[in-house]
Amino acid sequence: MGIDSIKSMKREDFKNNEYIDKLVEELNATGANVVVGKFDELINWGRANSLWPLCFGTSCCAIEFMSLGAARYDMARFGFEVARNSPRQADYIMVQGTIVHRMAPVLRRLYEQLAEPKYVIACGGCAVSGGPFKNSYCVLPGVDKILPVDVYVPGCPPRPEAMFYGLMQLQRKIKVEKFFGGANRKEKIEEFFAEHPEEKGQIG
Amino acid sequence: MSQLQENIKKIYPAAEFEEGECLLVTVKEADWHDFAGKLKNDPKLGFDVLTAVVGMDWKEELGVVYYLTSTTHDWEMLAVKVTASGDRDNAYIHSVTDLWKVANFQEREVYDMYGIKFIDHPDMRRFFLRNDWVGHPLRKDYDANPELNPIRMEDEINEDDTRSYKLENGKVKEVPGKVFEENDYVVNIGPQHPSTHGVMRFRAAIDGEKVNKVDVVSGYIHRGIEKLCEGMTYPQILHFTDRMDYMSAHQNRHCLCMCIEKALGIEVPRRAEVIRVMMDELMRISSHLLSFGCTAMDLGATTAFFYGFREREMVLDIFEKTCGARMSMNYNVIGGVIADLHPDFCKDVKHLLEIMPDRLKEYHKVFSGNIIARNRLVGVGHLSKEDAINYDITGPSGRGSNWSNDTRKKHPYSIYSELDFDEVLLDGCDSYSRYMVRMKEIEQSCRILEQLVDNIPEGDIRAQVPKLIKLPAGRWYQQVEASRGAFGVYIESDGSKNPYRVHFQSPCFNLVGVMDLTCSGYMIADLITIGAALDFVIPDIDR
Repeated sequence: MGIDSIKSMKREDFKNNEYIDKLVEELNATGANVVVGKFDELINWGRANSLWPLCFGTSCCAIEFMSLGAARYDMARFGFEVARNSPRQADYIMVQGTIVHRMAPVLRRLYEQLAEPKYVIACGGCAVSGGPFKNSYCVLPGVDKILPVDVYVPGCPPRPEAMFYGLMQLQRKIKVEKFFGGANRKEKIEEFFAEHPEEKGQIG
Repeated sequence: MSQLQENIKKIYPAAEFEEGECLLVTVKEADWHDFAGKLKNDPKLGFDVLTAVVGMDWKEELGVVYYLTSTTHDWEMLAVKVTASGDRDNAYIHSVTDLWKVANFQEREVYDMYGIKFIDHPDMRRFFLRNDWVGHPLRKDYDANPELNPIRMEDEINEDDTRSYKLENGKVKEVPGKVFEENDYVVNIGPQHPSTHGVMRFRAAIDGEKVNKVDVVSGYIHRGIEKLCEGMTYPQILHFTDRMDYMSAHQNRHCLCMCIEKALGIEVPRRAEVIRVMMDELMRISSHLLSFGCTAMDLGATTAFFYGFREREMVLDIFEKTCGARMSMNYNVIGGVIADLHPDFCKDVKHLLEIMPDRLKEYHKVFSGNIIARNRLVGVGHLSKEDAINYDITGPSGRGSNWSNDTRKKHPYSIYSELDFDEVLLDGCDSYSRYMVRMKEIEQSCRILEQLVDNIPEGDIRAQVPKLIKLPAGRWYQQVEASRGAFGVYIESDGSKNPYRVHFQSPCFNLVGVMDLTCSGYMIADLITIGAALDFVIPDIDR
């Protein structure tokens, strides 16, 4: 199973294919099982088309995300519309806006409360790198200092189309994944947390 | 000597005056509280509004500059400079919270940023930063070493203990206190809650479903903009205003540009002024439409949200064509605007003006007259006119309490004095009035746009400004009417290319200050609708 097997999302429609090629290569390194592969496809089809976000909007990007939910951009077309307010019911966390020192432990707590498999989208300049507030005394220079990020969406704030592009990249990522066995995301997340421990109290 | 100076001399002979754009009085700390009481209560002065509290670090000494406004005397403004007593580690000033309630959070902010203790303040906790933060960031000698304040991943411990400071025999004494009563049942709301309009956290003491007290915990999006400004040049700081209250991006930036232009003595070309005002009013329409949609959605009425956003997209299209962005437009610059209008601008605005009256009727039909909406909003969140003045609640929220406070009328700036529009006032003093003021302001904004859309003069869009912008030494304060109330910018310059101190006085900061007052006695579910009708934007509070 590879990136070309995603029927509705053609390779040439996307610009960033290198990372996903690499991901597929990693996943297929141990060989693919035909029977389990078919199940994977079915389950991933369902997962990718009903991605429920946990909105974590702190500033401007959250307003653009609201536009996504309104009639003009209508994210219901892609199955993203069920924005959840509880992390227990969401598939991914979309970090929209600046994360400051006071918020960092709250964000990490919310991430930990998400049910597996879980994903993170860093949306907007602030979530990607700290944006215009990077040099401030209390701003996190990017959420990837405390969370394993799957997709970065740059912009200040990103246009709704850019947000869709980012969300569709996440869909592609999910579609090539192996839900049964294969590369274990959980291990990767644990690896990330081993590198970014909480007790040390000092990150970045 | 002006009349104001004479009147002040009468109540405080030792006053030192400094002429500027508004009169500055220097007062000794020991006399400050007494003097403040007279300023407020003397009928000849009547300074009943505390407009801004600006903490200052003049290197040798710490202090505060207060801006006061007298609503009874033609909205005259007065600045009062108070230097803190005590040494740097134990600097203190007497609190004026008992006179102007708005000072409560303002002084907490100053304490947080400068470490100035306010004597007799009832609740002297930090406001923006974690309660285990080391140092006071806006001090000039602040140690920014990240080892002192690393990104702490352990949860912050709830601060149930508070303190106030008393002065005994010239020594500052700490008196412990409690935020809540011992038997209070405290419910936490936020910081990540869809109905708090951002990352605001409330701790509500409830009795059954009735709210007794609301403790505001702010700072979950405090980005330290004021400190960042001190390290940048004037053109570089402009973009921060777009990202504070992103629903008043044009007005806020207009304010900052005007403040710098005032200091430099730059005259903005007429065409730029007209464009700026048109953009301000379009922004106001877009902000009120969002507010309409969100208020409806907080009550569970999803359809109204779609309606509000449908028209908001039209405004955003107008912005996008001219400014190149839907949000964070970065359009105003020092001396004018950055780009000329798009050829479609007038056509698009006319189209918007054409459809708006019908759409407003539709909103009222869908939501304003709805029985559920009325039950949830009418008579909820009472805020009397006296309280609105005391807490300095400007903007639509204050006007819903029948307090006439529109900066466009009281301190006309740009070309507002030539325009024909009404200040919308309602006397319901409740959530519904605040909501209705917004809806009626959309009509007034349309009226302004109608007057201007066919009268945009030809000419330059920008005045000539020096390549390197250096403000002369001095201080300036400028206010505009942003979507949510009076937005103020304070700049103090020492003559170099970086500002010595920039302070943004945001309207939402005061709005969140009345949450305790307006929610007490109502149901916990009303807390959400009261917040929605006050319509605060959190990044504007935290800055």
